[in-house]
Amino acid sequence: MLQIISLLMENKTGALMRVTGLLTARGYNIESLTVARTLDSGLSRMTIAVDIEPHGRRQLIKQMNKLINVLQATDLTEGPAVTREMVLMRVRAPQESRTAILKESEIFGARVVDSTVEGFALEATGDIEKLDEFISIMQSYGEIEVTRSGAVTVSLDSKKLRLSPPISRGEAVLVEEKNGVA
Amino acid sequence: MSQLMNGAKILLECLSQEGVDVIFGYPGGVTLPFYDALYDHPIRHVLVRHEQNAAFAAQGYSRSTGRVGVCCATSGPGATNLVTGLVDAMMDSIPIVALTGQVSTKLIGTDAFQEADTFGITRSATKHNYLVKNIKDLPSVIHEAFYIAASGRPGPVLVDIAKDVFMGNAQYEPVNSIHLPGYKVYTEGHTGQIRRAAQMILEAERPMIYAGGGIILGNAHDELRELVEAVDAPTVCTLMGLGGLPCEHRNFISMPGMHGSYAANMAMSGADLLIALGVRFDDRVTGRLAAFAPHAKIIHVDIDPAEISKNRNADLPIVGDLKRVLPKLTSVIREIRTESGNLERTGLKAWWKQVREWKEENPLVPVYSTTEIKPQHLMAEIDRISGGKAIITSDVGQHQMWAAQLIRYNAPRLWINSGGLGSMGFGLPSAIGAQFANPDQLVFSIVGDGGFQMSLPELATLMNYGLPVKIIVMNNGYLGMVRQWQELFYNNRLSSVTLDSFPDPSLLAGAYGFKGRTIEHPSELAAALQEAIEYNGPYLLNVKVTPTENVYPMVPSGGALNEMVLGPIQSSSVV
Repeated sequence: MLQIISLLMENKTGALMRVTGLLTARGYNIESLTVARTLDSGLSRMTIAVDIEPHGRRQLIKQMNKLINVLQATDLTEGPAVTREMVLMRVRAPQESRTAILKESEIFGARVVDSTVEGFALEATGDIEKLDEFISIMQSYGEIEVTRSGAVTVSLDSKKLRLSPPISRGEAVLVEEKNGVA
Repeated sequence: MSQLMNGAKILLECLSQEGVDVIFGYPGGVTLPFYDALYDHPIRHVLVRHEQNAAFAAQGYSRSTGRVGVCCATSGPGATNLVTGLVDAMMDSIPIVALTGQVSTKLIGTDAFQEADTFGITRSATKHNYLVKNIKDLPSVIHEAFYIAASGRPGPVLVDIAKDVFMGNAQYEPVNSIHLPGYKVYTEGHTGQIRRAAQMILEAERPMIYAGGGIILGNAHDELRELVEAVDAPTVCTLMGLGGLPCEHRNFISMPGMHGSYAANMAMSGADLLIALGVRFDDRVTGRLAAFAPHAKIIHVDIDPAEISKNRNADLPIVGDLKRVLPKLTSVIREIRTESGNLERTGLKAWWKQVREWKEENPLVPVYSTTEIKPQHLMAEIDRISGGKAIITSDVGQHQMWAAQLIRYNAPRLWINSGGLGSMGFGLPSAIGAQFANPDQLVFSIVGDGGFQMSLPELATLMNYGLPVKIIVMNNGYLGMVRQWQELFYNNRLSSVTLDSFPDPSLLAGAYGFKGRTIEHPSELAAALQEAIEYNGPYLLNVKVTPTENVYPMVPSGGALNEMVLGPIQSSSVV
């Protein structure tokens, strides 16, 4: 099973590169990644699905939290969270299997978004494993073409977000000078 | 007060407000407007002879003072040449701000002349970096850059500025506040954890203080000394932490690690508690991690939460600024001791007896010869002249290890070396930065004949600015550390480590207008060093030392700390 890392970050040029750079620098592959604006257009929510052992993952998340553009990085693998993914697929459906395909789609809660003589375009959402199943069932009807959205996750925990308040230039200078032997 | 200014002038105004007095740099096409503004500005620009050395010089300035060092380069090759210096600063947590020019915003992404993706290239080489495409962002970015570089765990910050930003005009408004909501700086340390740490320390029978570069960076040397005296534990300083506790302090047990002393490594291995302060359990310190300090519980104090339990699990972590945490820890320890009637700690007494025995069994002492200059002899002589007070910069390799083992550092910020990245060619340019920041102090740049030749262009900088840096080349005719490994682990098959054709130092220094000479007999050493320090200006002393001398003790790669090889005679016998 994949693990899920959720990040709240500033919606700024290069922020994505900083996060993914931490993974590539350690030779970790990204299984899926989604990112979009939050209610506050200055912020983005990113969900990354990875397959990394726990010690490496803890280190990685600590490093993510150090990034200036990242407000919070959390491991949602264990915690109470809901993960969903969407799949869009094209299924070739000859006359004899059309009814069966529609029936299977119904079982998985998938919707038909386009229908032609050749086949259907289907849309389904669900957790990652459920979509895996749906895809493999559809494959049994013949050639399919699949685009997956990547996982999106929402935490069910109301974890308090700790943000640094603005500081005055004077305070900043004090910090800078603190280390100076002068 | 708002005022119409161009970007170059706004930049200089911001730098002035940050207290910048010197920039180490090299101009180029896109930084022309900046250099034009510098022309009649009070900030001094030091023209180095290669951009890599601008970053190293900025580090030397910063490492010797604690202030943020500043370097500057043009776009493309100028910026890419900075990269080694940035990564070096990143590894050793040195606060520098690098300013680079970028091609005009209209040209970005067009493969314009001298265009490089500096922002992308330096992403992992910096603590944070910026690309400024709009003049309105410039003031806040510059102040953020200095704040990020200096605060928390320090590090390099790069600001890439498009040429049209330098040239454009804007109403300049001074920046009053900095808002970085995602930037967390931990300072105080958890009170409960500090109290628990104090209890653990007083319960330990064989405590050891393991102090690192964080002590120097956090300016916490006085606070360390207070703690050391309250706990009365044997204390080691890592390569980056040397000078954190004066080398002449009675609790100081030298440096641990691959080339650490016998006593330091045996004590680390025998301790039942390690009080790790501003360290990162680097592989060169721990040896084989699984066998490192096997009997010890770990208290780890660090400003960077990502260092906690990264390499070695911390039994008691404290995230905070050493300068704030250590005094609290010391006072709780004193408080508990007083409450309990200052009982004699018998376990500690036995521990000290053991540590002293280790010190006496195999002390770190120089090696002498009557016919050749031993490298250790050279370091002992420099130590005698320095008396624990001179600034010593080094490159990386054998000379670095001997200089760390055998020269005393009685104050922080005297020992300046490339620890984490181990960059050859660091010694001379960092000495330039240190000498600019400390014009009246004696600065030795101890370098090998390999690394020295990587920094040759800076001889011109020395002469140009009349910097009296004393360059001591420990010349063994080899890339010594690599040769040592080839001898010990590759059947002495010496592959590409012989450095023939070293230039005649008197001609070389003479070509730049200062003095240089070679010595090769031990009887010449003291007088030659004396001549070097008395000479008014830079001096190049080429010291021919025993070519095949090896650095000992040595923990072979993958060995445990107590599996040291003590010297060539016992090289088969492992303790």
